[in-house]
Amino acid sequence: MADLQSQNYIRRSATTMTPPTTRSNVEEVAKLIDVSRCIGCKACQSACMEWNDLRPEMEEFQGAYENPHDLNPGVWTLMRFAEYENDHGDLEWLIRKDGCMHCEDPGCLKACPAPGAIVQYANGIVDFISDACIGCGYCIKGCPFNIPRVSEKDHKSYKCTLCSDRVAVGLEPACVKTCPTGAIMFGTKADMKDWAEERIEELKERGFENAGLYDPAEVGGTHVMYVLHHRDKPSLYSGLPDKPHISAVIGLWKHVLKPVALAGIAFAALGAFVHGIVSGPMEVEEEDEAEARKEMERRAKS
Amino acid sequence: MQLTRRGFIKLTGAGLAASSIGALGFGIAGSAQAAAVRQFKLSAATETRNTCTYCSVACGILIYSQGDRAKNVKQAVIHIEGDPDHPVNRGTLCPKGAGLLDIVHAPGRLTKPKYRPAGGTEWKEVSWDFALDRIARLMKEDRDANFIAKNKDGATVNRWTSTGMLAASASSSETSYLTWKWARSLGMVAFDNQARV
Repeated sequence: MADLQSQNYIRRSATTMTPPTTRSNVEEVAKLIDVSRCIGCKACQSACMEWNDLRPEMEEFQGAYENPHDLNPGVWTLMRFAEYENDHGDLEWLIRKDGCMHCEDPGCLKACPAPGAIVQYANGIVDFISDACIGCGYCIKGCPFNIPRVSEKDHKSYKCTLCSDRVAVGLEPACVKTCPTGAIMFGTKADMKDWAEERIEELKERGFENAGLYDPAEVGGTHVMYVLHHRDKPSLYSGLPDKPHISAVIGLWKHVLKPVALAGIAFAALGAFVHGIVSGPMEVEEEDEAEARKEMERRAKS
Repeated sequence: MQLTRRGFIKLTGAGLAASSIGALGFGIAGSAQAAAVRQFKLSAATETRNTCTYCSVACGILIYSQGDRAKNVKQAVIHIEGDPDHPVNRGTLCPKGAGLLDIVHAPGRLTKPKYRPAGGTEWKEVSWDFALDRIARLMKEDRDANFIAKNKDGATVNRWTSTGMLAASASSSETSYLTWKWARSLGMVAFDNQARV
């Protein structure tokens, strides 16, 4: 049995109480994607589908190397290929493995209205619990990276789980294991940062002055990080956000409108209760009945 | 069902109250907190080491099959991933290797020998005995007809140049040694170990 139970949750969607836990010594995990070592072979895509029993439908060729051409409920990770002409007029082929970033501060979880449909484990993995998912699609609006996709077949939202079933038994994710060039690495977040530092130094020696680690502080850091040759311009890599942010609508809805609405409901209930005690129900007296009869007779005549 | 105006208002009111209580944060008390992650599917699967045959790199693979090899179980391959103990690939696999499961289960995969006689148009299924006997017979006839025992100077060469053999690159050293000895003992000269062809 996988050892990721409710005691391992540190966040749970649509739940005001954070579940208490005594497990305080869980190492945070991270996946490091070194785009400078990626050859775009798509072994990670293949391994992801094999492990997760996903067999998305075949699509038409769209004139680009992306295949399929976008993430979907059966494609949890996708290689994106960008052609960039640098300042020296040279072509750079920037290949990025797209998928869930497993944010420390997950926008999807914040936006989700279904209790327990999105959870975050103490090791940092953000997981969708399909049983509880109502397929509303709020997670898509909440995601700063446009990752989740709702299935038209079962109306539930899907994305990369960071192979939580493998990590729970001490294995690395399927994409990490298969990567032939070692462009995808897995370990504790601290170890991945150390490794990224070494790679960045090497890249700088090779002339990529702006090489750096993509671990955006705007979402509290992520548990999937990139080593980029152009850390100054993440958007070069098929639209990786320069400054990812959770939509302001989510904050307004969850932190302003929702409490106000809940207070309104509570006051209405309280008011009704007090009114019921103080005034009681409206009662019809004999005199009212008599007057009503007279009124009806008068109308019947006229 | 007869629903009065008053009854309708009562029902909707009760529904609203119930959902409001949930929204106020009492939901957690009632909801079952089932274990969240998907069960690890390989816990008791049978693990078999093998070699990927699809190119000359010959990566080590682990084949996981359902069942524990008990008498009443018909095993089926459920997952394939790289063998971390194999020196060639150390657990990694290319996109083709990572998708081997679907090659194993491919409906078009050849699992029995088929035979199409010269000039025929149809492939028909034959037994292994038939296939091996026929191969042996043809090899023998060709070797008897074309074997070169001595060259023009009269030196013994024992060459058989009219038939060649392609063997698998994904063999162990021992298998390769035996294959080599066997082919050479027939006098075969055209001989290659390359699985990609």
